[in-house]
This record gives sequence, structure tokens and C-alpha cells, in this order.
Amino acid sequence: MTPLLQTRNLTAFYGDYQALFGIDLEVQAGEVVGVIGANGAGKTTLLRTLAGVLPCAEQAVRFQNRNIGGLDASRVVALGIALVPEGRRLFPSLSVEENLKVGAFARRTGPWDENRIYELFPVLGERRRSRATELSGGQQQMVAIGRALMSNPTLLLCDELSLGLAPLVVKDIYAAIQKLTAQGLSAIIVEQDVSLAQRMASRLYCLQEGRVSLQGDSASLTRERISQAYFGA
Amino acid sequence: MLGWVNTVAQGIMLGGLYGLFAIGLSLMFGVMRIVNIAHGDLIVLAVFGAIAATTMADLPLWAAVILVLAGMFVLGYVLQRGVLNRTLAGGELPPLLVTFGISIVIQNLLLEIFSADPRSLSAGGIETQSVNIAGVLAIGVLPLGTLAAAVLITAALQWLFGRTDIGRAFRATSDDPETAQLMGIRTAHVYGLATAIALTVVAIAGILLAVRTTVAPSDGPNNLIYAFESVIIGGLGSFWGTLAGGMILGVSQAIGFRVSPGWGAFAGHVVFLAILAFRPQGFFPKTHTGSA
Repeated sequence: MTPLLQTRNLTAFYGDYQALFGIDLEVQAGEVVGVIGANGAGKTTLLRTLAGVLPCAEQAVRFQNRNIGGLDASRVVALGIALVPEGRRLFPSLSVEENLKVGAFARRTGPWDENRIYELFPVLGERRRSRATELSGGQQQMVAIGRALMSNPTLLLCDELSLGLAPLVVKDIYAAIQKLTAQGLSAIIVEQDVSLAQRMASRLYCLQEGRVSLQGDSASLTRERISQAYFGA
Repeated sequence: MLGWVNTVAQGIMLGGLYGLFAIGLSLMFGVMRIVNIAHGDLIVLAVFGAIAATTMADLPLWAAVILVLAGMFVLGYVLQRGVLNRTLAGGELPPLLVTFGISIVIQNLLLEIFSADPRSLSAGGIETQSVNIAGVLAIGVLPLGTLAAAVLITAALQWLFGRTDIGRAFRATSDDPETAQLMGIRTAHVYGLATAIALTVVAIAGILLAVRTTVAPSDGPNNLIYAFESVIIGGLGSFWGTLAGGMILGVSQAIGFRVSPGWGAFAGHVVFLAILAFRPQGFFPKTHTGSA
């Protein structure tokens, strides 16, 4: 079966600084893949490159049998890859409702609209007229996820959803993500929290200094192997 | 007493014109953080475009107006995508320098083609008509129409920014261009549209200016100063604030002019400097927003 998304020898640079060195990664349709690694390992860079924020070679990224490497971010989202960016990056001068509406700008058809988002996260419906930045951290994360869903993605890229959130809130957020993936949405989940990533994803990739240091089924990877790949001991 | 009422009324209507000058400047700064030094010269360019269309091409005024508005819309889009978008990556200085260069090019081009003579647009006598209010106050039809146009355009832009898809795209892009791209917004195109709209308002302002008074190719920088002062007085961000800023400037100038005919512009500058000293954020500092 051809994978939904496949990267081949993916490299990425910030100016002269090379951040990714030949990443090979696959996501099957309906699969949830976790990406773990220490700070600066290249996890965020990987997602940003897949989303089209950072440039890369055309053949390096293949999505639904099409080479999409180097496409502009505004075109990548129209093809069905949506990013929930690190730090949420909500539009501060827009209300919750408006943030969601902007998320639908790519005009892909699908099941998601504002009301479905409010069903998934009822608290957002109550606070739809508030400025997005007036919400709590967890609620802001819900807006960021909802905003990404508004583009009706086939593949959702989640960058450190747990960042800066209380454990209970993280649980709620990932329960929602689980609900989505149970309905068939594919996802790449970047997490610092290894056990969380193990629970969420069927397969894991561990990055270290811009390279894949370990990959395999979540269930089969032991703590020892992961921590070795994590820190490169 | 009535004399002062009249002065303030004239000032408010003059302020409508300044508000129109300022809206385009405010819009380009609001969306793209571009300070457009060529703004005043683009007003003059629109004026001479209309003069050329009516005198050289012998078009009726209404046709010239449509032509100039459409022309400035297209010019704005092309200018932004072809030139100004390329200056955005390098910080605040490159757009400043490039628009400064454009300002000099426009001034000299107009000087070369039209000579240094001041000219005006004829609008078939409307410029001298007036209406009587309560039999005591004579209000010119043209200044009143200018004020009405300023209020209408401000309301229209506020609606566009607050209630429409493209308005949300403008605000989202202004907040965070990279994340806006992630939402499927083509920021290069959005910037093009913002400048296109700004220059369309510039064209309206220029035509109203040229019906009211004479305009010379070297008048651009002066218009730019009035536009700047209106934006700063109003406070960066909201269109109503910008219009109010224009009115405060207009009333200041009218009062100065009444005290002594040489003091009009001077009084405006003094009020502007006083506001800059005591309330540098302006009177209505807010972001473009509708429902929030």
C-alpha cells in the first residue's frame, strides 16, 4: 500500500544552518505517527517543512502520490495537510470565531464547520466572541486545533500540544485528538512527553540532531532503547 | 459666535478630506507595516491622471473618475506585488527607502510631463455651490460631499475589515503572516489587494482635492504630512480614529486660519506636536476590528 505521506532524504536549512539530515518517514492512511526527541532535535523543523513553511526539494515529500516538497504553505493546506503550530500562534486581534473562520480559508470541503468544532470543544462555543488571546492556555490550544480542522485536513500535524499546559488539560486535549484519529484522521504528533507519544501513536520516530535515531512500533520500543536514541548515549 | 461655528464646520469638512488622505496610509501601515513615503505623490499622480483624462483625452469627468479609480487600483496591486513585497523581508528600512525613491520618480515624471504649473479639475460649477443651514450658515456643496464621502468610505472599510473574509485575511496577515499562510491565505496577494484598496481611496481623495483647489506636481510631500498628522492624531489602527484625526487637524487649521490667514497649516502642526508630546498613542489607538 502506498503511504499517505512519505519523505525521502528530507533535508532542511535555516539559512546556512542545516537542521535536518536526510529524514525518511512514512505515514499510512489513518495512522497516527509520533515524533519524539530532545529540544533542538529537529521535530518542529520537520513539521514546518512538511507544512511548507520551510523550503525543501520537490521529491523529498510525497503526499497522496504527488510530490509536494517546496510548495508554498498556502497550497499545502489546500491539499489537506494542516499544522497546529508550536505555541498555538492564534491571531491575537481576532475573536475565537474569527480565528476558526480564517482556518477555513483553504476552502476544502469536508465535515468540519464552526458548529462541529463547538461540538468537539463546547467551551469554545460559549467564548466564541472573546478575543482568542483572552482564553486560558488549554482553550487556546483547542482554538488552534479547531482552526486547523476547519481546513478539513487529511493529515493533521500537531506540534507539542502539551506545551505549557496542566496535565489534566493535556489529557482533555489528547482525548479530543484520539476521538479525531478514531474517525480516520491521520496525524503526526510531535511530543516531548515520550509515554504520551507512545500511548497516542502506533509508530514512533525518534530524532536526534536532525537524524532519525530510532523508529518502530510504539509497543515494541523499550524505555532503554528510547532513552538511548533520545540522548545518543 | 456664529463666525466660530462656521470655522469649526469648515474645519470638520476639511478634516474629511484629510481623513481620506490618511486612510490609505493607515491601511498600508496596518496590514503590511509599510510607511509609504510616496503616499502624497500618489495623490498628486491621481490628480494629474484625472486632469490628463479630462483635458488631453477629452473624457467627461465621470468617465475620468472611473478610469483613475480603476487605474490606481491596478497600480496599487502591481506596485505591491512587483516592488514592495520584495522589500518586506529586510525590515522597516527597505520599504521606506523604496517608497522615498518612488516619491521622487513620480514628482519628476509629473514635472516633466505637466510642467510645474498648479492645475485643478473642473466639476461643472459644483465647486462654488452652497447650501444654507438655518438661513445663517453657508456650507459648500463640495466640502459637504467630501465629508460624506469620507464617512461612507470609512464605514465601508470598517465593514470590510470587520465582517468579510478578505477583511479577516487582512487582519490575520497583519497579526502573523506566516501563520496566515498556513491557513491558506496567499499573503502576497492579500498585500496586493491592501495596496490596491489604499490607492483607490487615494484616487478619490486626489480628485476631491483637485476640484477644491489647485494642485502642482510638487505638492505630494505636503499632502503626506497632513495624512501622517491625521493618522498619528487618530491613533494607529482604526479607520474611524483616522477620520477623527483628520477632523481634529482640519478644525485646528481652520481656527488658525481664522486667527490669521498665514497660521492655518502652522496651527495644525502645533496641535499635532502637542498631541505627539502629551498623547503619543493618539486618541483612538486600536486594531482594525469589527465584532470583537
